[in-house]
Amino acid sequence: MAKLFDFFGGFKLTLAHIGRPTVTNSYPKVKRPKQPRQHGRHVLNRYEDGMEKCIGCELCAGVCPANCIYVRGLDNPPDHPVSPGERYGYVYEINYLRCIHCDLCVEACPTQAITESKMFEFSFSNRSDAIYTKSELLVDDQGFPQRLPWEDWREGEAAMTGGWMRATSPAGDASFEGVVQWTADLGEGIRAPEAGQSENRDDEATGSKQLRTVFSRHLNPEDVPLDQRGLQGLVSSVKSKLPHRRGDKS
Amino acid sequence: MNQLLASSDPLFAHGVTGVVLLIVLIKVLIGFAVIMGSVTIMIWFERKAISDMQSRIGPQRWGPFGLFQTLADGLKLIAKEDLVPAEADRFVFKLAPYLVLVPAFITFALVPLGGTMHIAGHTVMLQVANPPMGILLMLAMSGVSVYGVMLAGWSSGSKYPLLSSVRASAQMISYEAALGMTVVTIILATGSLSTHNIVAAQAGGVWHWNIIRLGIVPFVVFLIAITAELNRPPFDVVEAESELVGGFNTEYSSIRFGIFYLAEFMNTITMSAIIVTLFLGGPAGWVPNVPHLRWVFPILWFVAKVTFFCFSYIWFRASLPRFRYDQVMDLGWKRLIPLSLGWMLIVAGFLIAPAWGFLMASLVLLAWIVLTRAFELGQGREGGTRDAVLPTVGERPIPGRVIRRFTDGEQS
Repeated sequence: MAKLFDFFGGFKLTLAHIGRPTVTNSYPKVKRPKQPRQHGRHVLNRYEDGMEKCIGCELCAGVCPANCIYVRGLDNPPDHPVSPGERYGYVYEINYLRCIHCDLCVEACPTQAITESKMFEFSFSNRSDAIYTKSELLVDDQGFPQRLPWEDWREGEAAMTGGWMRATSPAGDASFEGVVQWTADLGEGIRAPEAGQSENRDDEATGSKQLRTVFSRHLNPEDVPLDQRGLQGLVSSVKSKLPHRRGDKS
Repeated sequence: MNQLLASSDPLFAHGVTGVVLLIVLIKVLIGFAVIMGSVTIMIWFERKAISDMQSRIGPQRWGPFGLFQTLADGLKLIAKEDLVPAEADRFVFKLAPYLVLVPAFITFALVPLGGTMHIAGHTVMLQVANPPMGILLMLAMSGVSVYGVMLAGWSSGSKYPLLSSVRASAQMISYEAALGMTVVTIILATGSLSTHNIVAAQAGGVWHWNIIRLGIVPFVVFLIAITAELNRPPFDVVEAESELVGGFNTEYSSIRFGIFYLAEFMNTITMSAIIVTLFLGGPAGWVPNVPHLRWVFPILWFVAKVTFFCFSYIWFRASLPRFRYDQVMDLGWKRLIPLSLGWMLIVAGFLIAPAWGFLMASLVLLAWIVLTRAFELGQGREGGTRDAVLPTVGERPIPGRVIRRFTDGEQS
């Protein structure tokens, strides 16, 4: 008899699913929050005084496995130098038809001149648009990535583009966790160290969130973290929705 | 002629006049509009409900809650290229969709949607037609729609649709018998073939409904058999995507494909309506004493019952995995046909006298024991494991075992 009622267990399950929240986002209208280390299209950063970070060393072009970067360095003109060093990136081109967003260029860059933004939602109707030149890759006067007409930028996505792929803990050495290892960005200043396993991290400043917290709405009731349940969870979810994203260009 | 007409429909009691013809025309148009409108809603409802059950969103772009999604799909299908394969039998290929669509309309015409109304001195039944042969027409139409499926698969000139159409005809034949047997049970209890009389016989409270009056068994058999007739999951071996690409309609495109799709959902609604008519008293239900609006409540009851069954079909689809083909045949021939036949005999016995009923019940019980033993021996003959009176014929080629023979070189 119990076996007979087991048969109806499937029916019970499907019926129970009607009440559960759906995990699908209506994508073009609503976007999921992107991860702090999302690999998107590149930006060329500048120092806080407006000088370009790129020194034209071509290490990025050398390390690129897809051969999509083309760099030519040139000596800085003495009367109006472009970068603080001896040379600067005179030509800088990335072909996004070839780029695989592996971020090896970011790892290779000695001055953190090239980093990746979180923008991956760009498409072109023209092959020549796919080749981003230096004028398109360079951050604007406020230190934010340029928003090109075929790119889909939303609120908050332009933040946190510089200094990220310098891992907080190089080669897994925990003593580097929570230690700033990058230079200051234009507009942003020195970025707080990224979340690691150490205590001295600033999740508020870096925007790091635990996955469990981000997706708590989609978990089974028993898997939701304790501080996300019930009344306390309601308060914290309202708090997280309040506008607090600093450094975001509105 | 007039008397024959008047005997089944009081509308023709005063002869066939212009007003009567107008009323009939209006009824046909309203029936057509109702079924077309409810099909668009049904397709939307199915997609929405099943996506809820699978934690998805479902259609949401066109109209509020995606209500116009079906219209958008229809327009898209009309705008697409209408392709007839070079190998196809052109005439039959073009005919087949209508052979599926028209029976769905005709079956719906038999269903009483409500009680009766009085318009311009005429008594009007809220059903498009009430022919004296009633429910037999339903069985005939479900037989005709098999032709649509079968000819569609055959005329495509392609192997997967052909396989699908062979499956369709075999499945329909298997379940038509059980279906017919349960309908016979109802006809025996009612004493009439017309749907109006079947509904009238169930009036007067829930205890008079056929689902309870005939025992729950005919209802369950009918529900399973009709699900198989409709080729809906879990009996959708006819259009098993994982085995047959898309089934009998693989080669169809544009609005011809749309017609198949439409007919499938129309059949779902129609068969839900037939179940409600046969087993749940059709529009019967509690009617509050509201002046001038008493005719509305039977319709509401009817819609509520049909909606419940439409939902249960969606629920089946979300919950049950597809049957293997031999399981479909097993269920049809070895279980449903003996069950419905036995139950029919018991009901027939009780209709004569309780003594005959108990006699029939004991005979059916005896037959059940014999049949169970026979199936057991048959299984033993297949597997060769149990005590076999007949020489073993080897095991049925279960797909996994056949594949293993190819991959592992296993000897059987």
